[in-house]
Amino acid sequence: MKVRFTLRSSMPWWRGPMLMGAAALVTFLISAIVIRWAGGSPFAAARYMFISPLQSKFGLTEAVLSATPLVFTGAAVAIAFRAGYWNIGAEGQLLAGTIGATLVGINAESLPRFVGVPLILLSGMLFGAFWALSPALLRTRLGIDEVVTTLLLNPVALLLITGLLNGPWRNTETGFPDSDVIADSTKLWIIWPDTRVHFGLAVGVVIIGLCWWFVGKMSGGLKLRAVGLAPGAARIAGLPVERTLLATALVSGAIAGLGGASEVAGVAHQLTTGISNSFGYTGVIVATLAALSFIGTLFVALLFGVITVGSFSASRALQIPSTIGELVQAILLLTIVSALVIKKYQVVWTRSKSQVRD
Amino acid sequence: MNSVEGVAIASRGGAPSIFLSNITKAYGETVALSDVSLDLRTSEVHALLGENGAGKTTLMKILYGLTQPDSGQIKADGVALQINSPRDARAAGIGMVTQHFSLVKNMTVVENIALAIARTFSLDLDSVRDAVVAASTRYGLEVPPDAIIGSLPIGLQQRVEILKALMSGCSYLILDEPTAVLGPQDIDSLLEVITQLRSEAKIGVVLISHKMAEIEKIADRVSVLRRGKVVSSSLANGITSKELITLMVGEQESGVVLRSESQSHGRDPILVLDSVVVKMEIGGLNNVSLDVRPGEIVGIAGVSGNGQTELVNILSGTLSIDSGTIAVEGATLTQNTPQLLMRAGVGMLGEDRHASAVHALQVMENLVLDCVDNFATKVQLNRKKMLEHCESAINQFEIKATAKQVFGTLSGGNMQKVLLARLFSRKPKVAIISQPTRGLDVMATSYVRSLISKARLDGTAVLLVSEDLDEVLELADRVAVMYRGSVIGVVDGANASREKIGELMAGIVR
Repeated sequence: MKVRFTLRSSMPWWRGPMLMGAAALVTFLISAIVIRWAGGSPFAAARYMFISPLQSKFGLTEAVLSATPLVFTGAAVAIAFRAGYWNIGAEGQLLAGTIGATLVGINAESLPRFVGVPLILLSGMLFGAFWALSPALLRTRLGIDEVVTTLLLNPVALLLITGLLNGPWRNTETGFPDSDVIADSTKLWIIWPDTRVHFGLAVGVVIIGLCWWFVGKMSGGLKLRAVGLAPGAARIAGLPVERTLLATALVSGAIAGLGGASEVAGVAHQLTTGISNSFGYTGVIVATLAALSFIGTLFVALLFGVITVGSFSASRALQIPSTIGELVQAILLLTIVSALVIKKYQVVWTRSKSQVRD
Repeated sequence: MNSVEGVAIASRGGAPSIFLSNITKAYGETVALSDVSLDLRTSEVHALLGENGAGKTTLMKILYGLTQPDSGQIKADGVALQINSPRDARAAGIGMVTQHFSLVKNMTVVENIALAIARTFSLDLDSVRDAVVAASTRYGLEVPPDAIIGSLPIGLQQRVEILKALMSGCSYLILDEPTAVLGPQDIDSLLEVITQLRSEAKIGVVLISHKMAEIEKIADRVSVLRRGKVVSSSLANGITSKELITLMVGEQESGVVLRSESQSHGRDPILVLDSVVVKMEIGGLNNVSLDVRPGEIVGIAGVSGNGQTELVNILSGTLSIDSGTIAVEGATLTQNTPQLLMRAGVGMLGEDRHASAVHALQVMENLVLDCVDNFATKVQLNRKKMLEHCESAINQFEIKATAKQVFGTLSGGNMQKVLLARLFSRKPKVAIISQPTRGLDVMATSYVRSLISKARLDGTAVLLVSEDLDEVLELADRVAVMYRGSVIGVVDGANASREKIGELMAGIVR
């Protein structure tokens, strides 16, 4: 038996939604086995994980808060992937952004807030873009694969933070390896009263909108898509392929860095080594699940926020490990990607010809 | 093909033992092979000749199991053979060395050969090494057994490939344009190796080649393919390069060409190449000087691989020149980048239409890809303007597609029309058009040719590169023939004789 994948020529409208439904069902079935194994009830777990966060104001706002960094990293990954630049370094770029933000935050006493906030965000963007610069130059000048270089710079950023927090930025009051709390003038506004939902979410939504508008509606966006889909053809059409890749890489880094600044200035208000809960890596998953669409990225990020919060309540209520949330996310990734393949290709099982031969 | 069997008796080779009979293979609308019959014998060098697209490679792929024929049969010693994969081919004693070697660069010669021949679970490299040494002495193929493949010059890597094929027990060896990648000395030693394989090891060699000189030198039999058919199969003895070229490009004089008088007389050339040199290990350009006047079509003829691709690439800006100049409208270009050429008014239809467009984008998006900024108000794309532009192009160029259709779903002819629409809607001063009708059906072909003549009437300077000599003769005002990287002669199109062009293609200047 041999498996072949052939491109589908046409597809009825209901196949897409049907496949997504099937993916959700398969995700549930696989997760159910593991949850059962851990001693919980799958149905109860599903309710705690997906429904209960949406039923209380606290659950809802915490889910939105968890989704905020993923909006940034998802957008950063999606725009880079659309240009065919495989940036796996959103994690490091986000961490670089937290460094840039902290640098401004702990040195910006006595500024008016409408100066301090733009300054801290801008600094995060610049540091994120800077972190993305060297892999982008290596790729466009020397043709060195960016997957490896961007990925390997992630732990470097984390080690840099660890170094800073154990050295010059050690907390002056407690002596712990956490930075000082940033100046009030650089803390982001709370945009939902009595919750922790902050201005960063609004910035993220604007970024999503800008990316969608740029890629879909602007001439530069068409060039970016052409470069991503067929660099050879783009070059023949006279498009500046290398310049487009370089610019996209820097923008991608800047968006991830902005996500880092949003975490420091919006939630943590100080730099810690645990500032990023693998937001950059999860961003790759978010963008992939959204099939690199920006609006889709926003929704998948929110879904992941719900799962993150829901897995904690499920874990508390059912006495199962809270890592079950990450497990569900991972299973969802595998099933959705399979569904996308089946949506695009027809799977044909053939008996190999030599067996058919008399 | 009665003639094939007719000459069989006289050949110096053994009795025919592999027969390909009535092989037909079509890719979509394009017929690659039509009712082709051919036989192979041991102890013989059988040269297979033909222009690109004539079907040589398809035929060999069928023989080696890389693709299956639509109809027809392969027989070995009277028994029908089913060759579904290269493994089946090797089992039948057929080996092949393609232009792209299948060697692991970081492994040694012995390890690479072990990969191909080792059939046991445990690997005894020492015994493989002994076998390699023995075989290389036996076949006269000297290779350094312990050298890393990547460190060897290309000629030696090729030897390893040949040795690998021989050691897996083949008695027929297909060599796909083996000399295309080699320098002159390596060519000589390869030809010696081939001769030796034929005479001493009794191997039947199928040599696919464009180069008349080497065919004259070592082939025992020559078969010529033209447009998917075997037009001749005969003993090599006594056949001249000129005759072979005539067979390759066809004999029929094209009918009366209805061509309006060229309007280019007395006008200054718009595209001027002066002593352009591109240095490459293989191929390259050697002092090419050429000019094209407005309202004129200059056709480039030549046996494939004599610098045509390089010429197109320097004019599209994908290959930079080492010396010499390119001037458009009297202004010398400082650099031949795609952007500068485009700005100077040079437009391009590349030989590979798939590589020239983004398959996943819409027709209307592909149509404006080289001038996106003209379709933007400030920075925002003006999709309405794009749509209008596309719809007028669809009407004007008779494209059977909708504006929002994804480019990749179009037929070959319609893809080509979209690319021609993209080229001509910029109103280029110079149009470089390469292999415009390759793989197109008859209707699309004649339409594309009519577009090219129309561009000429509109005053565009057209440089037409085509391996189809009929096409060049039908369209061109002047025909420039390329040979070994330079323009060996320029013939006036109106009274160009095939004979004269054939001589130039074979490198004969009188």
